Amino acid sequence: MSIRLEKEWVELSEASTRLKGNLGVFQLADSAKNIIYIGYAGAKSVFGLKSEIAELSQTHSEATFVRWEVTAGYWSRYKELMMLHQFDYQCWPKNNESINLGRLSPE
Amino acid sequence: MKLELTEEQDMVIGMVRRFVREEILPLEFDLDPDADEINSEDRDRLVEKTKSMGLYGLDIPPEYGGPEIDLVTRTLLAVEMSQHRAGLYAPCYGTFGGAGLAQLFEATDAQKEKYLYPTLRGEKRGFFGLSEPSGGSDPARAIQTKAVRDGNDWVINGSKLWISGADRAQFGLVFARTDSDKGRNGVTCFIVDTDTPGFHVRRVVHTLRSAHYATELQFEEMRVPHENILGEVNKGFAIANDRLTRQRIPYAAGCIGVAIKAQEMAIDYVPQRETFGAALSTRQSIQWMLVDNEIDIKQSLWITLEAAAKAERGENFRKEAAMAKLVATEAGGRVVDRCMQMFGGLGVAKDLPFERWFREMRIRRIGEGPSEVQRHVIARELLGASLR
Repeated sequence: MSIRLEKEWVELSEASTRLKGNLGVFQLADSAKNIIYIGYAGAKSVFGLKSEIAELSQTHSEATFVRWEVTAGYWSRYKELMMLHQFDYQCWPKNNESINLGRLSPE
Repeated sequence: MKLELTEEQDMVIGMVRRFVREEILPLEFDLDPDADEINSEDRDRLVEKTKSMGLYGLDIPPEYGGPEIDLVTRTLLAVEMSQHRAGLYAPCYGTFGGAGLAQLFEATDAQKEKYLYPTLRGEKRGFFGLSEPSGGSDPARAIQTKAVRDGNDWVINGSKLWISGADRAQFGLVFARTDSDKGRNGVTCFIVDTDTPGFHVRRVVHTLRSAHYATELQFEEMRVPHENILGEVNKGFAIANDRLTRQRIPYAAGCIGVAIKAQEMAIDYVPQRETFGAALSTRQSIQWMLVDNEIDIKQSLWITLEAAAKAERGENFRKEAAMAKLVATEAGGRVVDRCMQMFGGLGVAKDLPFERWFREMRIRRIGEGPSEVQRHVIARELLGASLR
């Protein structure tokens, strides 16, 4: 089982019709599919992934694609995705604020 | 046995109770329901408060600068400190500090300089690496991680599972087999720096508990100097076993605290909630749930305090600690489950803490030795050598 988020990238315009109000994690990418933001829709999100992604795609104007994973364990999964990004690129996604996390070395 | 608090116990417990209600609970209104951390400003502010209360570093022995608190009072404080949403795995969000790994108090002077004192100053964090994919209930036999002597080093290969905090730690205690023919007498405890080549945190292990997650570790040709052995070669199991026994008391206390809070919320709620023209509190089915909760809570509390009292007196408390862990984790699960039932739909929503407690409480019947192992420990203590 891969621990990376490997769902297909979906254009934001199309995603709005497919997203539901579930809890989960997501990645936003620019037009070249570079990850620019990792986020989660937690229990404080009014309409889960649907509203969280809609709101953040306005904030991050270069966001073109999104992919997501529905999970009630969004809290630990979000942290895992951030640590994986740090391992892969030695930095946080450019639109995420720096946070205090541990480190993974998955391979 | 004295069944009343001393004036001093009453005062300290009251102080912590107010701290939880006035400082911790309000913060949780704005936090994610699964949060296990608060922001650094709040944390610093609250740590200052616990320091001014004289209660910071509760588990640090007085000779190392910790407060002078007996184990019974410490247990009662653990009950208080867990009475909030994150209370089971992040009591008061760590604002009372911690002793780190208590095993380090028995370390050599050089090991204390390098690991213990920086931990007490909050500069380093450690993890406890015992359980493996091959099993956690019987660590003496399940440990397959191997350490082989090579000159002044030991070369460690293997893996660990269910290890909390390893991804953020600067060092950890890793238990490895150093003699494959000696069972529990062939295990050694190594202090391992997490920047050692060959040390890997492979993944987060996702479970019912999203906060305070566990990780899987792998060691590949990891070289650890001989002076990093904690205790003696092949004597590591005693270190692990001592920790497992001691840990059962605060583990039980956390479950009792959550059960008390859940019961308090239910008692507040049922007189207000009406069905078919009468308050829930008038229904016998509800009253009996509250009664069963109360009995579960009291039984768990007294058994846990007895274990703490025996430990404080320096007596063998293995049986009592296992009973406390067994009874409190199972009772806590029942209490939270009944409270969810009384709250109906609200009980399972993330708006209230019950659903988080329900998930985390379920883990408690497995973590730190499942109920079946606790029964085995108790039976072994009752039957003595015939079962060993």
